[in-house]
Amino acid sequence: MSQTTPSQLKTDNWPLSTDQWETVIGLEIHVQLATKTKIFSGASTAFGAEPNTQACAVDLGLPGVLPVVNEEAINMAIKFGLGIDAEINKVNVFERKNYFYPDLPKGYQTTQLEKPIVGAGHVEITLKDGSTKTVRIHHAHLEEDAGKSLHEDYHGMSGIDLNRAGTPLIEIVTEPDMRNAEEAVAFAKKLHSIVTTLGICDGEMSQGSMRFDVNVSVRPKGQKELGTRTETKNLNSFKFMEAAILKEVERQIDLIEDGGDVIQETRLYNGDTDEARSMRSKEEANDYRYFPCPDLLPVLIEDSRLEKLRAEMPEMPDAKKARFVSDLGLSEVDAEILSGDQATAAFFETAANISGDARLASNWVLGEVSKSLNANSIGISESPVTADMLAGLITRIKDNTITGKVAKQVFEALWKGDGKNADEIIEKQDLRKVTDTDAIESMIDEVLVANAQQVENYRAAPPEKRSKMIGFFVGQAMRASKGKADPGMVNQMLKEKLDA
Amino acid sequence: MAVDASEIQKVANLARLSIDESQLETTADTINRILELVDQMQMVKTDHVEPLAHPLDATQRLRKDVVSEENNREQLQSCAPVVEDGLFLVPKVIE
Amino acid sequence: MYDKSLSEQSRALANGELSSLELTQLYLDRIKKLDGNYNSYITVTEDLALEQAKAADERRATGDASALTGIPLAHKDLFCTEGVKTTCGSKILDNFIAPYESTVTHKLKEAGSVMLGKTNMDEFAMGSSNENSYYGAVKNPWDTQAIPGGSSGGSAACVAARLAAGATGTDTGGSIRQPASHCGITGLKPTYGRVSRYGMIAYASSLDQAGPMTRTAEDAALMLNVMAGFDHRDSTCLDREVPDYTAHLNDSLEGLTIGLPKEYFSTGLDSEVEQRVRDAVAEYEKLGARVKEVSLPNLELSIPSYYVIAPAEASSNLSRFDGARFGYRCENPEDLMDMYKRSRSEGFGEEVKRRILVGTYALSAGYYDAYYKKAQKIRRLIRDDFMNAFEQCDIIMGPNAPTSAFNIGEKSDDPVAMYLSDIYTLSVNLAGLPGMSVPAGMANGRPVGLQMIGRHFDESGLLNAAHRFQQVTDFHKQFPINS
Repeated sequence: MSQTTPSQLKTDNWPLSTDQWETVIGLEIHVQLATKTKIFSGASTAFGAEPNTQACAVDLGLPGVLPVVNEEAINMAIKFGLGIDAEINKVNVFERKNYFYPDLPKGYQTTQLEKPIVGAGHVEITLKDGSTKTVRIHHAHLEEDAGKSLHEDYHGMSGIDLNRAGTPLIEIVTEPDMRNAEEAVAFAKKLHSIVTTLGICDGEMSQGSMRFDVNVSVRPKGQKELGTRTETKNLNSFKFMEAAILKEVERQIDLIEDGGDVIQETRLYNGDTDEARSMRSKEEANDYRYFPCPDLLPVLIEDSRLEKLRAEMPEMPDAKKARFVSDLGLSEVDAEILSGDQATAAFFETAANISGDARLASNWVLGEVSKSLNANSIGISESPVTADMLAGLITRIKDNTITGKVAKQVFEALWKGDGKNADEIIEKQDLRKVTDTDAIESMIDEVLVANAQQVENYRAAPPEKRSKMIGFFVGQAMRASKGKADPGMVNQMLKEKLDA
Repeated sequence: MAVDASEIQKVANLARLSIDESQLETTADTINRILELVDQMQMVKTDHVEPLAHPLDATQRLRKDVVSEENNREQLQSCAPVVEDGLFLVPKVIE
Repeated sequence: MYDKSLSEQSRALANGELSSLELTQLYLDRIKKLDGNYNSYITVTEDLALEQAKAADERRATGDASALTGIPLAHKDLFCTEGVKTTCGSKILDNFIAPYESTVTHKLKEAGSVMLGKTNMDEFAMGSSNENSYYGAVKNPWDTQAIPGGSSGGSAACVAARLAAGATGTDTGGSIRQPASHCGITGLKPTYGRVSRYGMIAYASSLDQAGPMTRTAEDAALMLNVMAGFDHRDSTCLDREVPDYTAHLNDSLEGLTIGLPKEYFSTGLDSEVEQRVRDAVAEYEKLGARVKEVSLPNLELSIPSYYVIAPAEASSNLSRFDGARFGYRCENPEDLMDMYKRSRSEGFGEEVKRRILVGTYALSAGYYDAYYKKAQKIRRLIRDDFMNAFEQCDIIMGPNAPTSAFNIGEKSDDPVAMYLSDIYTLSVNLAGLPGMSVPAGMANGRPVGLQMIGRHFDESGLLNAAHRFQQVTDFHKQFPINS
């Protein structure tokens, strides 16, 4: 098999092959639920604790201890089901999936097989070209997370940390409905948006809160039956997921075109080195010996619980987007971005409500706010300019207290912490719009005196060219006012003086 | 259903038990006698019978999501074979 | 005083006839002197027992004593006891000191009882003879050539030999009733879900249930009063009020209907055992009970059903014994696989490995429906048989085992023969019913118990019937001469 570098992958081979091959992608996503405690024990799920300090006897699989189901894990899984319009199964059975592995303390994972909590559902995705597509969800089931094997060398041994063991997960299984990496990533982002909007996952991908297993196969275009698939496990960023898919598609096509066969296998992708390889540990065929866990009883989900949770459901991203377009008059593109993330949507809506101007709020959130967040690599929840502060600023733009240009200056001052709100900064730095006719007139006179040559040129020009030329004088006058002069008044008065 | 020595070996491997080559035949023989005993079940028709998981058909009680377990690592690891830096050590895990 | 029942000792403590310290010392001395003959204890907790006895006497002095305060008890070595070794009769747990306490022993401790030690048992409660212990076979105090029964053989033997006032046991397929029967003591397996399984090392989760092993029904009632009850840490434990089990001990049996399943008296039942059972039933008739023949048509299927469900659950329950986080790890493992295989193969005994293999096979690809699922369906049929029988009677009676205790070594090479001897007890666990054994005389020179089976949660009814029987018989007062 030839080694391809990422740059080759996207240039020469790639477009040739995609003409003849179709990629089929299905995802399995492990979503850690944002409960306070484990699914079967009262130990904390907080991230980042010292090894094994959040693993109680139940999580360690010590002899004699027993599991009890966390109600909140059930509720959160149901909310996910309601969020994707899925059937919620009334009778839930936990099963044991038996296999030996050091990060699996009991020698079995408690999961669901025959009766998963969430049945078939669907998720709509929007692609870069604006088109939409439906990805079907086969089901989602509840299960417990495993611990971690640390591969640093402990005298030739591995260290086992079981803090993560027993953290509640929902494993979401899609149908093989995606046809390229872009669709897979769009789906992944949408799913991220759904679970964070629902508040059932913190969405912290770098901490492993959402982990993607990608099933990839290729087939000649037009062929009905699916090719042999491989599963690349545990991808925890959108970027790595995209890169892993591109790489795997390339590998499979190369392999087949060289006369080889794709082997069904589990693979690992290392995002740091952009390398993928087959997992070595699965030399034997898996036989998980599933059977209903005799330590747990069937969980019945009563209608009353469903109704209560239904009433608590937040507005989902799709509905939110539609409302932003129809009620607030935003564009599809802006609405898509603003509704995609719970925190962003909440920030925007607060700013829009308080200021009473959704368009300005949208422009500011997608403009200055996003730019500053990106430049500082922080999330919107950590923004030093709060939605309230932004709304105060927008209000002063709307009521003509400040000019648009000064507004950016106020924003920067707020970001730096120079004042607790826009008004304070406007006062302190004397940034009010200048609307006093005398003051503007004297500024204009100064500009005209200082630019006598340009005045002559203007007056010599035919009237149809003058409207363009006046911009120069407006700019000079605004600069002289430090951006504070009312641009409309400046324009008007300049015209009167120049054309007189 | 009867099992032969190689199947016994496979099952033992799944269960992470090792059986000495010299014991394989006798083990298979004993297991087969037990399977013969349990295969009596196959004579009964149970098509319309629901499996019984709990004798009183009870259902699962749910626990409130409240932290009830404090860090007790030192005690919990007191009977561990090998521990270092709070980690359980095992022979190298190869993925 | 050691020859008195737990209830009598409780009254003596209350009357100030003796202190718990004296009583405890008496038992500790007897254990030292006699247990070499029976091997009923794996661990004797002498210092702890004396300390607890002192504390019990102090508690009594403050007027805060319950019926079990100061009573010396022994616990089957599968109840996790904080700070005291819990072996489950296995090499794999030879060094295991649980960092937590089982709910059963916790409750008994809270009631002020004294723990004398941990009793011997078939490894992981798998066995009917107590020959499958890493700590050696237990001998029947009535005849040291004989098995004491199993798996709670150590508990049965120590109560029979008067080496404890009472003991805890567990019963997955007869492990309280059959050794109680073979050792001439009283044993009660409660309804599944009546007693918490938390901290009890699991054999077969859907069948395991803890209960008291004592000299008399009244003793059992006193212990069950403390052991029973809801526990939020066990999902299978039922949230149901615990009655005072001593309240109805003396109720009249007038009008009680006893069902005798015809399948319990068919081929294979030793004639002397049958006679003792029929004699006991005759006593009940004298006490005013009526007798009726009933039928449990699927009884024979309880053996195959049990010997699929129990090993299947066990094969999974015992996967945690892998040498990684606690318990035995083999010397110098070459790699991970070697650690798993050698730790488990060296740590588990033959019968445990056999059941793990059977259970693993039964759950492996393609066999789940034919074995585990089928067995769970048959389980429903068996439970329904009992439900039908209880339409016609209040209590079912019969033998616990086809014979009285057999000799040590007699069946140890023939697991299938051993399994077949469980025929009368397994169905009760499959149906989750309460069952009891009370001493009913001797057959072939060894004790025989009468088995009584009640409706779900009718422990009171069983205890009432047993107590009335013990008021007109003295089988329960007899104990081995040489002890």
